[in-house]
Amino acid sequence: MAVPVAFFALFFAYPVAAIVGRGLKADGVWQFGRVGEVLARPDIRDVLWFTGWQALASTALTLLIALPGAYVFARLDFPGKQLLRAVVTVPFVLPTVVVGTAFLALLGRGGFLDELWGIRLDTTVWAILLAHVFFNYAVVVRTVGGLWSQLDPRQEEAARVLGAGRFAAWRRVTLPALAPAVAAAALMVFLFTFTSFGVVQILGGPGYSTLEVEIYRQTAQLLALPTAAVLTLVQFAAVGAILAVHAWTVRRRETALKLVDPERTARRPRGAGQWALLAGVLLTVLLLILLPLGVLVERSLDAPGGHGLDFYRALGSADAGGGTFLVAPLEAIWNSVQYALVATAIALVVGGLAAAALTRRAGRLVRGFDALLMLPLGVSAVTVGFGFLITLDEPPLDLRTSWILVPLAQALVGVPFVVRTMLPVLRAVDGRLREAAAVLGASPLRAWREVDLPLVRRALLVAAGFAFAVSLGEFGATVFIARPDRPTLPVAVARMLGRAGELNYGQAMALSTILMVVCALSLLLLERIRTDRSGEF
Amino acid sequence: MSTTHRTGRLAAAAAAAALGVTALAGCGSSDDQASDGSKGSGSKTVTLVSHDSFNASEAVLKEFTKETGYTVKVLKSGDAGVALNQEILTKGSPRGDVFFGVDNTLLSRALDSGLFTPYEAKGLDRVAEATRLDAEHRVTPVDTGDICVNYDKKYFADKKLAPPSTFADLAKPAYKDLLVTENAATSSPGLGFLLGTVAAYGEKGYQDYWKKLEKNGVKVVDGWEEAYNEEFSGSAGGKKAKADRPLVVSYASSPPVEVLYAKQPPAEAPTGVATGTCFRQIEFAGLLDGAKNEAGGKALLDFLISKKFQEDMPLNMFVNPVVEDAELPEVFTKFGATVEKPETVAPDSIAKNREQWVQSWSSLVVK
Repeated sequence: MAVPVAFFALFFAYPVAAIVGRGLKADGVWQFGRVGEVLARPDIRDVLWFTGWQALASTALTLLIALPGAYVFARLDFPGKQLLRAVVTVPFVLPTVVVGTAFLALLGRGGFLDELWGIRLDTTVWAILLAHVFFNYAVVVRTVGGLWSQLDPRQEEAARVLGAGRFAAWRRVTLPALAPAVAAAALMVFLFTFTSFGVVQILGGPGYSTLEVEIYRQTAQLLALPTAAVLTLVQFAAVGAILAVHAWTVRRRETALKLVDPERTARRPRGAGQWALLAGVLLTVLLLILLPLGVLVERSLDAPGGHGLDFYRALGSADAGGGTFLVAPLEAIWNSVQYALVATAIALVVGGLAAAALTRRAGRLVRGFDALLMLPLGVSAVTVGFGFLITLDEPPLDLRTSWILVPLAQALVGVPFVVRTMLPVLRAVDGRLREAAAVLGASPLRAWREVDLPLVRRALLVAAGFAFAVSLGEFGATVFIARPDRPTLPVAVARMLGRAGELNYGQAMALSTILMVVCALSLLLLERIRTDRSGEF
Repeated sequence: MSTTHRTGRLAAAAAAAALGVTALAGCGSSDDQASDGSKGSGSKTVTLVSHDSFNASEAVLKEFTKETGYTVKVLKSGDAGVALNQEILTKGSPRGDVFFGVDNTLLSRALDSGLFTPYEAKGLDRVAEATRLDAEHRVTPVDTGDICVNYDKKYFADKKLAPPSTFADLAKPAYKDLLVTENAATSSPGLGFLLGTVAAYGEKGYQDYWKKLEKNGVKVVDGWEEAYNEEFSGSAGGKKAKADRPLVVSYASSPPVEVLYAKQPPAEAPTGVATGTCFRQIEFAGLLDGAKNEAGGKALLDFLISKKFQEDMPLNMFVNPVVEDAELPEVFTKFGATVEKPETVAPDSIAKNREQWVQSWSSLVVK
């Protein structure tokens, strides 16, 4: 418990508190009156209103589109299912800079909808909502589908034998069992869309702003720390409330359900209805997820004089077409992998210990800590980044120019995933096994190695994979942190997109495609080693 | 009791694993050791803090080391505004010795916050008079760049229409629905273009001008990347995205960049510059207050306005030198535009009115 608490306090709570405090204090006196002042501003109210309703609408739309998908992935068996499940998770870990571009290509001018029906959705709220579905589809499919695939179908069948109609049986048996998972997924989607940044910036155009975008603007552009501090507190309160409800639904879900091996519940589709559903879901995935990703790949190959690997080749040399990057773009991949490895290690240690502590101990305080560990997911990267700058500035902790700051920031985002993945598995380890080993003369280390490790190893790998993928794609915090000249992959993509010229644009697309493939591969690997109860992601 | 014991073992094993990886990653970065060395006095490392667009060729940085004995370490953090704000936040305990990248739109904010220690760089007399905006030498001008409307040459040739050349042209019916610009509240070219119109039409007239532009179908997007790569039909990205706006707010140096970064360099730049729509940005560097290596910082400032660095700069950052004896590379003189009369606004006037200008601009064109 001590390690995760210390980590969380030092690298999250303290920096964030310091930057908020800087905004709310004037001449050493707290200015809580500012909260009222800021909240009374009509432009801020507009932002709050928009943030709330777009998150609600996004969540509803995501559930509507993704729940059939959850069913299909859980209950139907079809070729390529594992691959597809890995692919639908790719958007979740891709940086929004990249995806925004791909999405614009579909919804904007000359996009798919435009060519077919002359409909353009860029700079409308529809583009934002659809992109949110794109990003969060996997959250629903994995959270709800994961549980759905383990519910014993015989319970529903029993109800039908007893005379219940198909719908009534589903409503009375499956729905109640599923409800907490649906609620948990909805809350996660709400959390991610409530704090949406890149999607809103790129697809919404200047007319739309969420709380997160406004915090960024007030902090990074205007240096209006008081306003930013108030907004951060508002976001904190909202995210805290969401997490509290989420923790509650998770607890309810963990009350014993009779779970079975997912291998046994999935079947080949039967009947016109199931085939139609499968076709519908596959079409949705194709249009909503594969197409935008495909656009990226296509553009990365669209070299002058026909399709080819020109842009990929150019990535290898530091002085492609005139020589302006200090490092070869390919080096950015290696940087990213190194950072992500360190971040994964940190996230595993901190998250693993936290999960272990949460398993062994109960009580309100510990449960509160569980929710607290999720908080970094809902706090603006610029707040954390600027907080680092003003707190970690004295020896021995003058880390501001150290490379370690990047993996530390990335680990903050990785820890919640590790905790969420490990917790259910750790809770399932039967303590009596360990006691039996001890009785038989095993040392604690040996008991841990022989009993705990084999049981949690797979969960540990899954957690590591997620933390790795998330760290690889992390952009928000990384971009604010000054570092020796070692850009990460997403940062390199953003820098290239920030320049004119065909080669820069093509290389940005090629690098994005590489990032996408690396993410997809690590997720596919996860699919292979999935545990029976691999948490909710 | 026994359970906590086991958790402790788990911790030890995991921590050991983490340290292993950490050490491994540490091996890959030799410059980290240098950074640790820079803490002491009389250090041979000088740290330059800048924005993401900073670039210098390795050869010229080596030249600096050869001349002075100092090695330059570069820290980049975010875009120009973000990088400056981070410096202001860490004032007194800076991450480096010299900050490069504060421009005239942000200069007053930097000077008012007391970020810099005055130092008159050697060779300042060779620097163009018009760029020396601080008489106390807290900052040293390093480069200039012009924010101008770019046009897609092919579009105007196909339509047999003369491309616009002035602000007034942009509001004419012939150019209806052709221009895309950036959000002045969040993007520096967007702000530069707005300031250009303020300079051209005055503090009263600029609003009327923007009303006309609005009627003429100007499109506003959030950042330069979207405007240039997604909306502008003259860029490589825009062509792939089937963009339909042949006019975009970008830089006077964008056409040379298009040539330089083309896979097969064309004989002529695909884009041109409307030279009557330009706002001049001047970028400055300064010695940070509290710098650990003051001597090295001063040497670096001298170097930034040396002929060598100034001539290296255009192809690395796509900006113009400020010293009068520096020669521009051929790709600039051949494909770039000469801006005779760029618009400018005094830094303190920008500091005073910026928020209000941006706000009234927003209410006119952002809905």
